[in-house]
Amino acid sequence: MGVSLRGFFISRIIQLVVTMFIVSVVVFFILRLSGDPILVVAPDFFSEEQIEQMRKFWGFDRPIGEQYLNFVAKAITGNFGTSYLAKRPAMELVFERLGYSWMLAAAAAAIGLTIAIPLGILSALKRNSFVDLIITSLSSLGTAMPSFWLGLMLIIVFSVHLGLLPVFGALEPKAIILPSTTLGVGMAARLSRMTRSAMLEVLNQDYVRTAHSKGLMHKTVVMRHALRNALIPIVTVFGLQLGWLLGGSVVVESVFSWPGLGRLMIDSISVRDNTVVQAGLLFFSLSFILINYAIDVIYIILDPRIKFQ
Amino acid sequence: MTPTQSAQQAKDSAIADLPARRSPPRQLLSTLLKSPVGVAGGLIVTAVVLLAFIGPLISPHDPLNRNIRSRFKPPGFVDQSGKVYSLGNDQLGRDILSRIIAGSRVSVLVGVISVLISGALGVIYGLISGFVGGILDSVLMRIVDGLLSIPFIILVIAISGIVGAGLSTLILILGFTGWITYARVIRGEVLKVREMDYVMAAYALGQSRLKVMFLHILPNVVASAIVLAAVQVGVTILAESSLSFLGLGVKPPTVTWGLMLSDGRQYINSAWWMTLYPGIAITITVLGVVFLGDWLRDFLDPNVRGRA
Repeated sequence: MGVSLRGFFISRIIQLVVTMFIVSVVVFFILRLSGDPILVVAPDFFSEEQIEQMRKFWGFDRPIGEQYLNFVAKAITGNFGTSYLAKRPAMELVFERLGYSWMLAAAAAAIGLTIAIPLGILSALKRNSFVDLIITSLSSLGTAMPSFWLGLMLIIVFSVHLGLLPVFGALEPKAIILPSTTLGVGMAARLSRMTRSAMLEVLNQDYVRTAHSKGLMHKTVVMRHALRNALIPIVTVFGLQLGWLLGGSVVVESVFSWPGLGRLMIDSISVRDNTVVQAGLLFFSLSFILINYAIDVIYIILDPRIKFQ
Repeated sequence: MTPTQSAQQAKDSAIADLPARRSPPRQLLSTLLKSPVGVAGGLIVTAVVLLAFIGPLISPHDPLNRNIRSRFKPPGFVDQSGKVYSLGNDQLGRDILSRIIAGSRVSVLVGVISVLISGALGVIYGLISGFVGGILDSVLMRIVDGLLSIPFIILVIAISGIVGAGLSTLILILGFTGWITYARVIRGEVLKVREMDYVMAAYALGQSRLKVMFLHILPNVVASAIVLAAVQVGVTILAESSLSFLGLGVKPPTVTWGLMLSDGRQYINSAWWMTLYPGIAITITVLGVVFLGDWLRDFLDPNVRGRA
């Protein structure tokens, strides 16, 4: 397996480069969607000459292909340009916020998994019972609910009426409770459904029947034989929902004024600070890609049958 | 495999093996009536679409009518002339129930038109990729992988932030980004259908490639597209509400549920009803779409029926 493991990593790295190339093209051209990027930021009172000068200064007078290559060459070295607003490197701003976003996403994912896996298993074991009906209904409800609205309702109950939890910012440790619960519940709703169907699938397999007929305890069969195999599709869905989690975090961070990357992007979009928007987009995509790569490695650990491809 | 590819497989396999079955409308209706979830979904969706069309006729008040004297009135408020405001009033004294009715129009418009655009684009893209195959297929699929690794809502937020929004722009943005979801699934379906005997037979009868593609392959991947589209209607309605809530979507005076929530957030300390009701409207609508989608999937895919 030694050789193929190396091959696995090399092919993954090539794919990462290709994927990031496409992402960079999209991110670069999104900025041009608004037409002339200079006119967006130039003050109204600037003369034609001053605008021309500014255009030259930012390199917007060059052919579009050259501009793209410049953008990529700089981006690789971590230079996304200077924020129009903060007058600081966009990268610096992104890094300041990244930790907060990861903290929130990790807490939400932990809450999501803690709720979803036990409920999903219970739902599958008690299939078509009243408990199952309740769990699947709650899961549908959680999927249909806008996450930011759930956040607002939590604020009304826990902050406004009960006065238990802070509404804004990240000044005290308890401030993470509401935003992470908001996202975690949405995540749980999506994951529990998949856990249920993955478990049902596995419970019908021959090896589960064999384990039962060996006289193993039901609990042992479920935990040792069924759950481990069901984890593979659950992990897959977790990777898929990560996009939802990152996207949801952008909106939820705004609701709770959580100082993460998502809020930075929204704030930057509203003042047209486009270098920051670009850097933020690239970092969101990179996080998404890298976590999915990590998930591919987890597969191999969970299922020795999956070959390095 | 690329990062999102592995994740995407879950989605692919969920819709895999959809045989193309065409049934007369009567059969469709009779199976719908047998499924409680399908009936619930159908009723909710019909009700919302109906509200979008005849809303102004049954609306208790004018959704845009301001009245300083009845600002922030709680649910059940009755004014001097005896008019009832059952869900309360907002910060400008506008009736919340009437605004929820008016807001259904935007949700229906956005949900239907964006999904039609993105579905058509995605099906054509996947059809070409799967049918032509070879290098073109690899290139087209790598592009999809790249695009899929930008979380959907973040992409949409960035584009609408930069392009600037409004109802029609928003519909176009959601339509022209949503196709990515369909491309890979449809391509997978095409690869399967392409090898079917009836396709071979069509070639043997001397039909052109173009004819085979549109007359024999396309109709057989439509079922998967419909199932995905149902899911996407919900996703799109949620996306619209998020964008409008953030101030990047539809602008006032157009009434949308997302904008109502954005107003509600500002007065969250005093007027909870401004936040509660529009959110319930979104949740019920999306729930209806999800239920209808679940039923459609079971109906179009007999392999899944009765299971899970």
